[in-house]
Amino acid sequence: MSGRIRFLLGTERREVEVADPTMTVLNYLRLVEQRTGTKEGCAEGDCGACTVVLAELGHDHLAYRAVNSCIQFLPSLDGKQLLSVEDLASSRSVLHPAQQAMVECHGSQCGFCTPGFVMSLFALFHAPGHLDRRRIDDALAGNLCRCTGYGPIIAAASRMKEIADGDRFDEAEAETVRALRALRGQPGEAGEAPDGRRWFAPRRIEDLAELVLSFPEASLVAGATDAGLWVTKQHRRLDPVIYLGEVEELARIAVGPETIEIGAGVTYDRLQEVIAADYPDFAELLRRLGSTQIRNCGTMGGNIANGSPIGDSPPPLIALGARLVLRRSAARREIALEDFFLDYGKQDRRPGEFVESIRLPRRDPAWRFACYKISKRFDQDITASLGAFNLKLAGGGVADIRICFGGMAAIPKRARECEAALIGRPWSLDTVREGQAALRRDYTPISDMRASRGYRALAAENLLLKFFHETGEGAALTRTRILQPAGPSHG
Amino acid sequence: MDKRLPRDRIAGGAHQAIAHDSAAKHVTGEALYIDDIPAPPNLVHLFAGTATKAHARLTRLDLAAVRAAPGVVAVLTAEDIPGTNDVSPVGAGDDPIFCEGEVVFLGQVLFAVAAESFDSARAAAKLAVAEYEELPALLTVEAALQAGSFLLPDHVMRRGDAAAAIRGAPGRLGGRLAIGGQDHFYLEGQVSLALPQEDGDVLIHCSTQHPSEVQQGVAHVLGRPRNAVTVEVRRMGGGFGGKETQAAQWAAIAALAAVKTGRPAKFRFERDDDMIMTGKRHDFLIDYDVGFDREGRILGIEFMQACRGGCSADLTGAIADRAMFHADNGYYLDQVAITSHRCRTNTVSNTAFRGFGGPQGMMGIETVMEAIARRLGKDPLEIRKLNLYGKGERNITPYHQTVEENVLPETIAALEADADYAGRRRAIAAFNAESPWLKKGLALTPVKFGISFTTSHLNQAGALIHIYTDGSIHLNHGGTEMGQGLFVKVAQVVAEELQVDLDRIKITATSTGKVPNTSATAASSGSDINGMAALAAARTLKQRLIDFAADRYKVPPAEVRFLPGRIAIGAPGRIVEEIAFPDLIKEAWLARVSLSATGYYATPGIYYDRSTASGRPFYYFAYGAAVSEVLVDSLTGEYKVARVDILHDVGKSLNPAIDLGQIEGGFIQGMGWLTSEELVWDSTGRLRTHAPSTYKIPACSDRPADFRMTLLANENREPAIFRSKAVGEPPLMLAISVFAAISDAIASLAGYRLLPALDAPATPERVLLAVEEIRARQAADLTRQDRPRHQARPAAIRRARSAE
Repeated sequence: MSGRIRFLLGTERREVEVADPTMTVLNYLRLVEQRTGTKEGCAEGDCGACTVVLAELGHDHLAYRAVNSCIQFLPSLDGKQLLSVEDLASSRSVLHPAQQAMVECHGSQCGFCTPGFVMSLFALFHAPGHLDRRRIDDALAGNLCRCTGYGPIIAAASRMKEIADGDRFDEAEAETVRALRALRGQPGEAGEAPDGRRWFAPRRIEDLAELVLSFPEASLVAGATDAGLWVTKQHRRLDPVIYLGEVEELARIAVGPETIEIGAGVTYDRLQEVIAADYPDFAELLRRLGSTQIRNCGTMGGNIANGSPIGDSPPPLIALGARLVLRRSAARREIALEDFFLDYGKQDRRPGEFVESIRLPRRDPAWRFACYKISKRFDQDITASLGAFNLKLAGGGVADIRICFGGMAAIPKRARECEAALIGRPWSLDTVREGQAALRRDYTPISDMRASRGYRALAAENLLLKFFHETGEGAALTRTRILQPAGPSHG
Repeated sequence: MDKRLPRDRIAGGAHQAIAHDSAAKHVTGEALYIDDIPAPPNLVHLFAGTATKAHARLTRLDLAAVRAAPGVVAVLTAEDIPGTNDVSPVGAGDDPIFCEGEVVFLGQVLFAVAAESFDSARAAAKLAVAEYEELPALLTVEAALQAGSFLLPDHVMRRGDAAAAIRGAPGRLGGRLAIGGQDHFYLEGQVSLALPQEDGDVLIHCSTQHPSEVQQGVAHVLGRPRNAVTVEVRRMGGGFGGKETQAAQWAAIAALAAVKTGRPAKFRFERDDDMIMTGKRHDFLIDYDVGFDREGRILGIEFMQACRGGCSADLTGAIADRAMFHADNGYYLDQVAITSHRCRTNTVSNTAFRGFGGPQGMMGIETVMEAIARRLGKDPLEIRKLNLYGKGERNITPYHQTVEENVLPETIAALEADADYAGRRRAIAAFNAESPWLKKGLALTPVKFGISFTTSHLNQAGALIHIYTDGSIHLNHGGTEMGQGLFVKVAQVVAEELQVDLDRIKITATSTGKVPNTSATAASSGSDINGMAALAAARTLKQRLIDFAADRYKVPPAEVRFLPGRIAIGAPGRIVEEIAFPDLIKEAWLARVSLSATGYYATPGIYYDRSTASGRPFYYFAYGAAVSEVLVDSLTGEYKVARVDILHDVGKSLNPAIDLGQIEGGFIQGMGWLTSEELVWDSTGRLRTHAPSTYKIPACSDRPADFRMTLLANENREPAIFRSKAVGEPPLMLAISVFAAISDAIASLAGYRLLPALDAPATPERVLLAVEEIRARQAADLTRQDRPRHQARPAAIRRARSAE
């Protein structure tokens, strides 16, 4: 237990004794390294002023990921390259194309959000493919600007690759890969802070299993997109902390003929690509989950295991019949995902157990799936209400249907009454009206700052109606922003 | 390029579209904000302990555990204040920095902890034991109206007999509109760094739009003359009005800590505390009662405006005034009465926010325009055009100022044509007829915004320019830089006047030690008044140099001319010598010519008499108009802004790049105010939307894909700085077109014959409820009465009004 981590800060190797295992990367940069270019705007991963980029070894190349340094903990840097805004310009007079484009397009006014935007643009600069408005919106959804109205920044995003197609980071890639490889090969790290807080960062899943067994009270931290706020907003003392980010087995996705097996450590960003063909609506939902920075870190296991009633992935997963694999030491048990959520803040996770994977059935052409998320702001907002519908029609009637809502109860909850009112009935407006009445028996939503109970209830009923119209024969438009499903054949 | 060679044009003069002076520093992270200043040795960090009740008597405050906590250096309460426990900007005496006895809002500061680290200060503050005797709390405008709880006397503007005109009109409508507040959400939270100086003086780096007022507040709290306090700010990470008055309390606490401990002290807010503890845009209730003729021309109108001032006066008086000054927007209101109530509530004291009441006032009249249009079955644009101020007639405002320049008719006509309003109106009608669930809406709304502080004496500014012997220039003025590009604009003015390249001018931090007794950088006035003050200073220096050169080269002063980068001696065509600017400066210095000058400006010809509610409060008006198109989902209330076209008047732009940035940024900020930005307080008075996870300002994808901006070809008819016009606030109100377009889409569900019952902000929830309501109203065939929205005023309002 050396308690040390090794990473590159820009091109410089750092080996750091972890004195505070939940020190944020932002505080490390600002207070320890005196790099004050990176700003704190919200300390909860919502404004993006703190955005930095982590470069990691892919197979042979580097992957650049924008992350929120305000909620990432220092140990998450182990083995990676950390780039902050100070690293980009090669000199005072030679700006990086992302920076140069921001200057040319008048992309900064007060400038406080600007370093974060520059880092998101830098990550986008290194992402393959053509940059259209949609991709730019996705890349910047996690960066709030209060001054410009975004137009000049969007222009800068479009402009930067005209200034140069590559940068000195591309030129130095081989060198950086070598330097990162030289950091690897260390055993899984662990340490104890001077104040007694313990932390572990296992590499093998067997080691993780034993650690969870030994410390059933430990906080399991994967992407820290929720756990980060326990520290920055709730000021909780986490002890011990087990970091899951180094466990490669947890980050696997296996696409089989019947099932997609999703490791608990798979990020939203990666899953989005994998499921896009089978479930475009689910992929679109994941695209709207948090921001690029959040999706780069947040994991499917975390989204489920924290038991939030407004987590975005459980309703579609439940509607699609997903199952959960829980592991305790070497033993595994598999349950229907819906059975995992017992009550508010209470899940069927036994001491010593952890979520290992999610098993998602592949698309069955006999079923039609859609999901809808309602929030005050379209991108990067937390769900007010989320409906997921999975319908099997036979001979014009409802052979089977699974409906699950988030934001409508203390847990992600199936609409059993509604389902019962629909199954075996013709798929008609009359049936839908009965289903809407049944929804009122299924849920008694609450009022909070995101929506009133009345709105939640009404919107839920209307979402069923919307699903009906999208699965019926008519071709009426039903979506303001996201892609219109392609009529009745949409699966 | 060799700057000594003769050239036609300087780099960076007036009217050039050049980048923000700090752009390169912004993108590299070099630009220093106050929290980025390297921590001085011995720095103590501050954290505030706050009240957990909205209205209560503080019966006990036990801070023993706080004082004993690790790392604590000092604990400050009202008893530690050597001067006066008040930072009220208007001398109302109602803005204590620490609570003394009566808690007036949830989040009010009870005490502050100074500790060795931020974490230890925060941890210690949580150990306080506070006991309360709860008192009834007024949390909304309605509650305050009902209770007759006001911060300030009512104010009324009137002309003629509105009530009689309304009674006699062929058409009459009444209704109520609720308009939500708005958090500034500057990305950089409030922050002050106080450094103790000799003699017990203090130097404060403060993120503020109003250094002089911070200086005043700090001096008041410390019980010292103002010359003992120096306030400095290089830049803010956004202000928008939120750092005008409301920076003073935090600066005063930091200064007090610095003086008490003898150590530098920093008070930096976390986001949640910032949102809970600082004031916001005022939410309003507006009642209207309007009479109109058969074409839709307004014959008489009464407005009741009630705003939530919160727990103290702050700037509520001037804000409520400006809402009244903009109750007309661009329309002539012949017989008119506008009554304003300034409500006291047990919530944080609301404050300045871009537009300063103007946006709320305009929302009232724009709703009236739509209401009349729906009643008459006409396009709202037709009603708007019909009611515009005239040229030479129908041109007196409700406060009796003549609208001397009115460019709205031609602005609207040009925009209507450029944006193909009529064609799109037809296309939308066709779309809506075919689309059962998604509905499109379209609206064109104008803006006429009065420029000047309506408190007339604030319209003054100072500047200070030094020229060093190498010809480099040091520029300073009372305006502050919050991202709006003021510093570069003022520097462009000086560059233009002295005909030097912009990079010869060093832009420096605003400091009360350099230019005293300044006004806030507010009311869109920054470049107008500071630009003129800097111009005056530059002219003084230029005249000295001309006099010197005329003497030195034995020519009449008229034969000394400033050309780009050089001074020409001799009449045009007979130039005897050209001297590079730095060379002339060196010569002037050797000849003992003063190379430092101040400049001063006071806006001419403005006044307002409150007793008669009349005068000429505004030097001029800035104009604009916007067309917005939206797509609304009638099943969920979600929507998308599809296209925006803007034509806006900035006079002869000082810097078109900066001005376009202000227009777009202001528009999107206004759009946020009217759509996704919703402030929610619970029944105990606790703000539930106190971070970006719960308070939603527009994100990148909310910016319409099709967004077209054009600057109106115009020159300010007043001799404002180089014939430009102010631009900071007016464009925000162009976003009323988004709200009106959403309302238009909803109105389509009832054949455009009913006014949707839509309040602001138009969240998806409010939109869906308005959709349901209009469907129900149509089904109930209440068309002729418009009852659900246009019922008589609630009893509470009648009582409040009868209490006048």
